[in-house]
Amino acid sequence: MDIYLDHAASTPVREEVIQAMMPWLTEHPGNPSGSHRLAREARRAIDDARDHLALLVGAEPGNVIFTSGGTESDNLAIDGILGAKGGQALCSATEHPAVLEPVRESGGIVAPTDDTGRVNLESLANLLDSFADISIVSVMMANNETGVINDINTIADLISEKTPETMIHTDAVQATSWLDIAETSKKAHLISLTGHKFGGPKGAGALILRNGVNLAPVIRGGGQERERRSGTQNVPAIVGLGEAARLMQVERLKINERVTRLRDKLENGLIDKISGVSRTLPKGTPRTPGIAHLCFKKIENEALLFLLEDKGIYASAASSCASGAQEASHVLQAMGVDLKTAGGSIRFSLGQTTTEEEIDNALIAVPSAVEQLREFEK
Amino acid sequence: MTKVMVAMSGGVDSSVAAALACENGDEVVGVTLKLWGGESDSGCCSVSDVDDARRAADALGIEHHVFNLGEDFDEYVVAPYVKAHSVGLTPNPCIECNRHIKFDRLLNRAKALGFEKIVTGHHARIVKQKDKTFRIARAADEGKDQSYVLYMLNQEQISSLHLPIGEMTKDQVREKANSLGLRVATKPDSQDVCFITREKGRADFLRQRISLTPGKVVDENGSEVGQVEAIELVTIGQRRGMLLAGGKEPRYANNIDIESATVTVGNTDQLLVNQTEFRDPFWSSKKVEGELLVQTSAHGKPKLANLEDGLLVWKEAHSRVASGQSLVFYEKDQVIGGAIAI
Repeated sequence: MDIYLDHAASTPVREEVIQAMMPWLTEHPGNPSGSHRLAREARRAIDDARDHLALLVGAEPGNVIFTSGGTESDNLAIDGILGAKGGQALCSATEHPAVLEPVRESGGIVAPTDDTGRVNLESLANLLDSFADISIVSVMMANNETGVINDINTIADLISEKTPETMIHTDAVQATSWLDIAETSKKAHLISLTGHKFGGPKGAGALILRNGVNLAPVIRGGGQERERRSGTQNVPAIVGLGEAARLMQVERLKINERVTRLRDKLENGLIDKISGVSRTLPKGTPRTPGIAHLCFKKIENEALLFLLEDKGIYASAASSCASGAQEASHVLQAMGVDLKTAGGSIRFSLGQTTTEEEIDNALIAVPSAVEQLREFEK
Repeated sequence: MTKVMVAMSGGVDSSVAAALACENGDEVVGVTLKLWGGESDSGCCSVSDVDDARRAADALGIEHHVFNLGEDFDEYVVAPYVKAHSVGLTPNPCIECNRHIKFDRLLNRAKALGFEKIVTGHHARIVKQKDKTFRIARAADEGKDQSYVLYMLNQEQISSLHLPIGEMTKDQVREKANSLGLRVATKPDSQDVCFITREKGRADFLRQRISLTPGKVVDENGSEVGQVEAIELVTIGQRRGMLLAGGKEPRYANNIDIESATVTVGNTDQLLVNQTEFRDPFWSSKKVEGELLVQTSAHGKPKLANLEDGLLVWKEAHSRVASGQSLVFYEKDQVIGGAIAI
């Protein structure tokens, strides 16, 4: 039995989403930018999806920019604001590379976090005081490795008080499955999300703006997406993204409750059964329901993941680099976790399709894998 | 069925080694080590080599994993390499990698994960002695023989190792890869040190890590005859790059003094020595004294010497062995041990 505990990397595409996408792969050839009926059909399909996303985020449909996914959305947010307004970008040290890289490349500022990986409000305030020209601050809503949640609205309040002209971007890619984005991103100006983290297909995401936000395009061409992102829209994937957003609106609370219970069962069970296992985030830290991030003492995560895969359990550790190797986590580093501890950390991430039976099986397989490795070490 | 882990570098040798392990009926998993995070001839983090290994594994229908042993590689291979140069020693990075990474970290991990053996694409053979001990022996393809870099393997390590291509010539390996449709069949052999690019070279690599000292070149009488750009980059026996003025016959570096940044040069005769001191002797199974064959570089010719009282006495005068270089001891074509020249 395959036990997929890597939903934070990518979720299985939901059946309803596949059904919604199929006609757009098999029947409709139209290009949404065209003028004839078949083109208008495609246009209508992506605009329906736009409505679903707008509703999910509490934004105007006209402010939904479809992209190829989270990375493009993040790049567009940073480069688009810098392009339109100039100034400097600032982000937190635990951001996804899709934010960190454009910020670093533009000579921007990386703000330290506290030991939970959340942005440190005091140092943020100091940075805002010392740099006069910060045009965009990017803070992720939920972290992809640990699931820790930043309070974007409080951060936004601080920023608007200090530098009211500064735009606030939040990468909500890991939050879409779990939080009421409309509420939690209320005070952000730009919000990134991507379909494949909440039951949609890979290759479709969005950058959603609040009214009045201007940004320079990164991809230029035919002027699609109101001149903000050129290129023929990926109609089937966007339709799927819209359907996933619609389902999320309806089912989120129910999924949350069930996954939280399963996640707690997994965490508590592993901590009970295996010595030297601890939660990476201190108890009580606000976090998404889907992620159990655990540190295993005297275990190399690469070795543990190998054995888990043998037992049909698919999880991950930190992030993978281009070669497929596990890299030391910049998130745990920012949290001040030492390399040795970080090297024994594993992210089990659950999702809508996770079952009780899978968790029960994981609770047998993981301890036995850990035991095998520790036995060898003796 | 033996459960084996094949160390796949993305080259033709280890790809064919994996293929042969599959044909042998073993349960095979391929692993590529991510060792160096900086520039290399195959791009950053050797991504293209990892891709080649992955595609070879795909073609063979085996699972493939990447292990990141980069930190260990930095600690046990790269840092000692830099350190050695800074104090005027000649490092052996491939040997240190085998000693600390492939046959320690990787082998131990393979064992911990339930594998019985690891398989590598080294051109060398394993032979069993009458007394049941194992030895590493030279490859069938003399020109490609890599037994030199495997001298540090102990009995336990050798008995956990399988070298399937040791009996093949390189041409046979390429033919085999070709017949299996592996696209690495024509990939060029890797050269030199994997963490140093051909384009920028050793000097550039070291300059970024240590300060290089210009030095003077003197003859046997102590008169200055030239200069070197960096004393740390001179190797015993070196002839070029010393800006020597005049001179009728070729002169070679036969002494390097880092402290005073001085290279002493001399003619071939002055480079010759009768004996070589060593440290850290290692024996594949049991200590040997008396006459043996000694090879002093990866592709050097073995020469006869007598091992007496911890000293190698050459049968015929031998060119000076650079300090830090590995001395590998052979009995006929079999490795019996090795040491490091002082």
